[in-house]
Amino acid sequence: MVGAGLVVIGVGIGIGRIGGSAMDAIARQPEATNKIQTAMLIAAALIEGIGFAALFAVS
Amino acid sequence: MRLKNFAKALILTALTTPVLASSSDTNHSDTDHNEHTVSDQNEAVDTKEEIKSYIMHHLEDTYHFGIWDKAGISFPLPVILFDEGLHVFSSSNFADDHGHHDGIAESNGKHYKIDHAKIYRTDAEGTINYNKPFDFSITKNVMMIIITGLLMLLLFRSLGKSYAANGGISKGVGRFMEPIVLYVRDDIARPNIGEKKYKKYLPFLLTIFFFVWFLNIFGLTPLGVNVTGNIAVTFALALLVFLFTNFTGTKDYWMHLFNPLGNAMPWYGKAVLYIILIPIEILGIFIKPFSLMIRLYANMQAGHIVLMSLVGLIYIFGNMMGGSLSFLLAFAISLIEVLVALLQAYIFTMLAALYFGFAAEEHEHHDEAHAH
Amino acid sequence: MDKLLNDFSLGLFVWQTLLFLLLLFLLKKFAWKPILDAVDEREKSIESALKGAEEAERRMQALQADNEAAKKEAMIERDAIMKEARDTRDDIISDAKTAASEEGVKIIASAREEIEIQKKAAIAEIRTQVASLSLDIAEKVVRQNLSSDASQKELVNTLLNETKIN
Repeated sequence: MVGAGLVVIGVGIGIGRIGGSAMDAIARQPEATNKIQTAMLIAAALIEGIGFAALFAVS
Repeated sequence: MRLKNFAKALILTALTTPVLASSSDTNHSDTDHNEHTVSDQNEAVDTKEEIKSYIMHHLEDTYHFGIWDKAGISFPLPVILFDEGLHVFSSSNFADDHGHHDGIAESNGKHYKIDHAKIYRTDAEGTINYNKPFDFSITKNVMMIIITGLLMLLLFRSLGKSYAANGGISKGVGRFMEPIVLYVRDDIARPNIGEKKYKKYLPFLLTIFFFVWFLNIFGLTPLGVNVTGNIAVTFALALLVFLFTNFTGTKDYWMHLFNPLGNAMPWYGKAVLYIILIPIEILGIFIKPFSLMIRLYANMQAGHIVLMSLVGLIYIFGNMMGGSLSFLLAFAISLIEVLVALLQAYIFTMLAALYFGFAAEEHEHHDEAHAH
Repeated sequence: MDKLLNDFSLGLFVWQTLLFLLLLFLLKKFAWKPILDAVDEREKSIESALKGAEEAERRMQALQADNEAAKKEAMIERDAIMKEARDTRDDIISDAKTAASEEGVKIIASAREEIEIQKKAAIAEIRTQVASLSLDIAEKVVRQNLSSDASQKELVNTLLNETKIN
């Protein structure tokens, strides 16, 4: 259970940072919104995948 | 527009609830039922354990197609077993007098029983000897896959036909799907795979996108199907992506795997690094589709669990305050789930396209070498 | 992880794989191919239509420019012709004028010459007339008085020259 919590904290921080950075990037370059969003989703999905894998491993 | 979406979501949420709600009026409890009977008629679902097992039951595949289990509305599906010969019989053989699917079915002198959503061979008295037959039954999920497949076939075939009939302009229901098809082509396949080769992978990407999306959406309907939240389904999809990636891999793809540094270093330098790098690269081949499988499975499974837990909370609170709060939460989550259904289909397709892009890549090594 | 493996259903996996491949095959043949072909064709036709419109526009502009040039040329030509005509007219007029004046001058000169000649002739005639007349008169007057005709005539001539009838 503790392991699962740690995994979720880590994944949360990771995805949060990606989202935050993407927001910054979009604010700086609104014309590149589409590209940034795509890259953001891919990165978030990768982290999420690792998170789920870890979650299944510990539970 | 926003109001319309709101209304749709409201209907969706309202439809999800009666599955749990229908029980409250007829309430006489049998205490000695096992956990499967929680979903049965004539029983309230209002304790923590019951709700938990109800949710788990909902997430499982079943051998009959239950539209509304509590009201006894369900269709039997064919059971197909390979167990020293072929056994085909209706899943209604498992049903007992009360409509519970926990009876013993007899076929060609062999007896079977469903335990924890799996069929086991038993003796005539129903003692499970944990001897699993090869089970190729048309379960609820298989049925749902067939239905979705037929739906897609009808939808896109009519779209494909409408072009010729209308002089190059689509018409009918398919017209709504055309921009999405073009989106998959122009924003997923083209940028990730490249102009030269995307046509080869496009049919697969389109099929997988709509298949996953439709099944995700069906998972949100009160039918209670959880196809994309089933590990076997996502494993099959991921396996196909894996096979397609590696069987269409170009020379450059394999070069990148086994010689990632190229000519950047003399051979004795590379040899040391490659002891570490090559196993990582090879592991990567398997991790990529594995993460595809886990991501889709876990997202859908988690979505269903969260949604149903929140609906279940209404019955645990059992009062106006907590109930309405849980209802609002469940409502908000189901809105998010509609988004997640699309997002997961998009991500699955996007990453598959990305992996295909790696497989299809063709660097111009020679030009690079000359340029340096 | 155990739960995951336990949940795995081989039958569902097999069905999913088979059905998906079948779906992929059928959709590819009956749906994606016609859809993508039609969309491709439509895009191509739109592109070619756009290109055609551009081409037409370009041609139109070229045509317009041509027209403009032709018009300008025609104007220039017209101006040239007009100018030429005007010049010719002027030339004719001035030629006629000079010819006329020359002719006039010539006529006047010849007239003057004629007059001079006539005058001279007249004067000569008059002179002889006067001389003979005067001789006749003088003869009549002084017939007996004069010794010889010759010296008398000489005297009269000198006298006439001095008087200068003009």
